[in-house]
Amino acid sequence: MTQPSAPVPYTDDDDIPLFAPTPKVYPQKVSGTYRRIKWGLLIVGMAIYYLLPFVRWDRGPNLPDQAVLVDFERRRFYFFFIELWPQEVYYFTGLLILAAIILFLMNALAGRVWCGYLCPQTVWTDLFLRVERFFEGDRRDRIKLDDAPWTADKVARKAGKHFVWLMIAWWTGGAWVLYFADAPTLVRDLATFQAPFTAYVWIGILTTTTYILAGHLREQVCLHMCPWPRIQAALTDEHALNVSYRYDRGEPRMSVKDAKRAREAEQPAGDCIDCHQCVAVCPTGVDIRQGSQLGCIQCGLCIDACDTVMTKIGRPTRLIAYDTDEAIMAREVGQTPTYKPIRARTMLYAAVIALVGGAMVYQLATRAFLGMNLIHDRTPLFVTLRDGSIRNTYTVRLINKRTESRQIALTIDGPTSVAMDVQGATPTSDWRPIVSVDPDTTREIRVLVTIPRSSLQSGTNMIRIKASDLFAGETVTIAENFFAP
Amino acid sequence: MADDKHTPPEVDRLTGIATTGHEWDGIKELNTPLPRWWLWTFYATIIWAIGYMVFYPAIPLISSHTVGLLGHTNRAAVQVELAKLETQRTIQAAGLANASFEQIKANPDLNRIALARGKAAFGDNCMGCHGAGGMGFVGYPNLADDDWIWGGKPEQIQQTILHGIRWEQSTDTRVGNMPAFGRTGMLKRDEIAESVEYVRSLAGLDVEKSANLAKGKEVFAANCASCHGDEGKGNQELGAPSLTDAIWLYGNSRAAMTEGLVNGRAGAMPSWSGRLDPVTIKALTVYVGSLGGGQ
Ligand code: SF4
Ligand code: SF4
Repeated sequence: MTQPSAPVPYTDDDDIPLFAPTPKVYPQKVSGTYRRIKWGLLIVGMAIYYLLPFVRWDRGPNLPDQAVLVDFERRRFYFFFIELWPQEVYYFTGLLILAAIILFLMNALAGRVWCGYLCPQTVWTDLFLRVERFFEGDRRDRIKLDDAPWTADKVARKAGKHFVWLMIAWWTGGAWVLYFADAPTLVRDLATFQAPFTAYVWIGILTTTTYILAGHLREQVCLHMCPWPRIQAALTDEHALNVSYRYDRGEPRMSVKDAKRAREAEQPAGDCIDCHQCVAVCPTGVDIRQGSQLGCIQCGLCIDACDTVMTKIGRPTRLIAYDTDEAIMAREVGQTPTYKPIRARTMLYAAVIALVGGAMVYQLATRAFLGMNLIHDRTPLFVTLRDGSIRNTYTVRLINKRTESRQIALTIDGPTSVAMDVQGATPTSDWRPIVSVDPDTTREIRVLVTIPRSSLQSGTNMIRIKASDLFAGETVTIAENFFAP
Repeated sequence: MADDKHTPPEVDRLTGIATTGHEWDGIKELNTPLPRWWLWTFYATIIWAIGYMVFYPAIPLISSHTVGLLGHTNRAAVQVELAKLETQRTIQAAGLANASFEQIKANPDLNRIALARGKAAFGDNCMGCHGAGGMGFVGYPNLADDDWIWGGKPEQIQQTILHGIRWEQSTDTRVGNMPAFGRTGMLKRDEIAESVEYVRSLAGLDVEKSANLAKGKEVFAANCASCHGDEGKGNQELGAPSLTDAIWLYGNSRAAMTEGLVNGRAGAMPSWSGRLDPVTIKALTVYVGSLGGGQ
C-alpha cells in the first residue's frame, strides 16, 4: 500500500466519513491522589487474584483444604465456609443480580467507578503501561521510539517489553487454573509437566487474551468491545458524580499572562490554560473538556494532571473534578449546587441489593445439610407376596452435606402394619434401620415397603418416610404413593 | 492498485486512503488491505492444513484415502479405549469370580459391580420373558416376589440360570413334571373339577357351595400330594409350586387351574452356561436376588 497523503479537509457539502482511523494512545506518566488510589487498588486486587488459591481452609479429612475451589470432578464449589452442590447454582444467579445492581448503584453515585478503578481490563492495562514505560520511557520517548528506525536499542526495548508482558500474561493464566485444582499440587505438576493437558490449554488461552487485551487492544476494549459504557450512558443522570471539566470555571481558555491581564481588567477569564496535560495522561486518549463521553473510563488521572498544573500556576485545584452536571449548571447561573446521593433511584437500587442479598444470606444460613429423595420403582409398580401382602420398592437417595460421616435412621409411617426393609442397613437397638452416609456424599439405597392387603385400598395409598440424623437431630420427611392392585 | 507503477494511485479526498482504481457507476473502491493479524492467522491456518494433510488421513482416493504419516485412524483410537475398558473390566471380573456370594454381599464395591453388570446382562438377556425389573408375566415367574419355584438362595438361582429349566440340551437342567392329567386320561373330568375346588379351599380362594371337598381331597392325595405335598405347600426340589400362597404363575381362575390339570404345565427356561460367561452369571444371580426376593 502506498503511504496515504494527508486528507483534504471536507466542506459542508461532503458527507462526514463513517470511520476514523484509530490513533495510538501514548498515556503520559502522572502522579497525584487518584494515581495513588489506583496503584493501591491494583496491588490489593492482584494480590488477591494471585494468592487466593493458596489460602487453606480446613474441612476435615478427605475433603479439599483449599479456601476457594471450583471442583469439577466432585462437582462442588468451595468458598471458605460455604460449599455449594450443583443443584445450588442458583446462588450464582443471585450473585449476578447483586453484581449488576451494585454496578448500577455505583454508577448512580459516582459514575464509572468500576471502569476507572476495578475492572480487570483497566487494572491489567495499567500494569502493562507501567512495564511499557519502564522499557520505552514516557510519552514523548515512546512516540519518538515508534517513529525511529529499527536499531539494536529499539529492538532490545521492544523485546524486553513484550517479554515481560508475556510473563505477566502467562502468570495470569497460571493463577486462573489454580482455582480449579489443588493449587500447590498443580503448581508442582505444571512445573514437572505432569499437569492435565487442559490446564496447559487454559493457561495458553489466558496468556494470549491477557497479552492481546492488556498489551495491544487496551482502550479499544472499552470503546468497541465492552457493553458497559453503552449501558452506563443510558443509566447515568445529572445527579451522578462524574469526572467533569468545570467549564464554568475553565472557560474562556487563555494563557496565564492573558488571564492575569483579563482579571485585572475585570474581564471574564478562565483557569484552563489549554496545556493538554489532561489529554496527554488519559489512558483512552479523550479530551474531558468536551464533556462526559463514551471514551472516558473516569479513572481520575486527568484530575491529577490538571491539579499539578493548577498548583504550578497558583490557581485553585480541581478544575477537573468529580462533580455532577446538576452542580455545574447551578454554579453557572450563580446558584448553590446541591449533591443528592439519596434519591429515588439510589434508594431503589439499595433496596433491591438488600432484598436479594438478604434472601441469599437467609438461604445460606438455613440451608439443609441433610437431603432425601424418594424414587418409586416403576417396574414392577407393586409385587404380591406369598402371604398376599403388597410390596412397593423405592430408591432412597440420602444427601449428606456435612463434612463428617453421619448415621441416618429411617422410619416409616403409613397404613396399619406397614413394614420396611432397608437394604444394607444395620438396625439399632430399637430396630430402626440405620444407614451411614459418608461425608459430603450422596448414598442410594433400596427400601422395600410391605403392607398387608387388608390395610390397603385399591390404587393409591400414602406412606411417609422420615430420615433423621441420630446425633445432629436434623430430619427430613417425604410422603410418597404406595400402589396396590 | 493502479496498474501503472509510475502514476501515483488516486487518493480518496474524504478518507485520505488510496483507491484500487476500480470504479462502478462513479463509486470507487478504497484500497483497505486486510488487517495484518487476520492475514497472519489466515496463513497460519494454511500451514496447519498442509501439516494436517501430511500427518493425518485427508484426501479421498477412489477406493481408499491417503493415510498420513502418523497412521492415525479413529477406529484404532476407539480400539485402544475399548481395550483399556476391557482391562478394567477384567480386573473387576477376576474380583467377582474369586468371591463367594457372602463375600460379594459384604463388600460394597464388589456388590456395586455385580449389580451393575447383572443389571446390564438382565436387560440384554432376561427381560424379554421376565419383564423389566423382573416383574414377570403369566407363565413367566415374577423374580421380585418372595416365591421361588426352584429356590431363592444364591446358589439355587445360579444353578437355574446356568442350566435352565426343562432345557433338553443341558444334562444338568432342572426337570419337574406337571402331567397332563386330563389329556392322558389319568383323571376324569369330574375328578379334575373336584380337585380344583379342593385346591381352592387350601389356598383360601372361594369354593363352589356344592363342591365335594372330601372327594377332591382324595384325588389330591392320590395324584398331587407326591409333588405338591400333603398340604399343598409345594416342593422346591421338584419345582412343584406351593398351592397355598397368593402367587399363581398362571393365575388362580378356575379356568386356568383346570387347564393346568388337563394339559399339564411345562414352561421352559434356557440354559445360559456357554452363552454367558460364569462371571456374568454370578452377577446376574446377585442382581436377581436383589430384586426383592433373594434369600
Ligand atoms: S469500559 Fe468495560 S472494559 Fe473498559 S474499563 Fe469499563 S468495564 Fe472495563
Ligand atoms: S478523561 Fe480523565 S477520567 Fe476520563 S479516562 Fe481520560 S484521564 Fe481518565
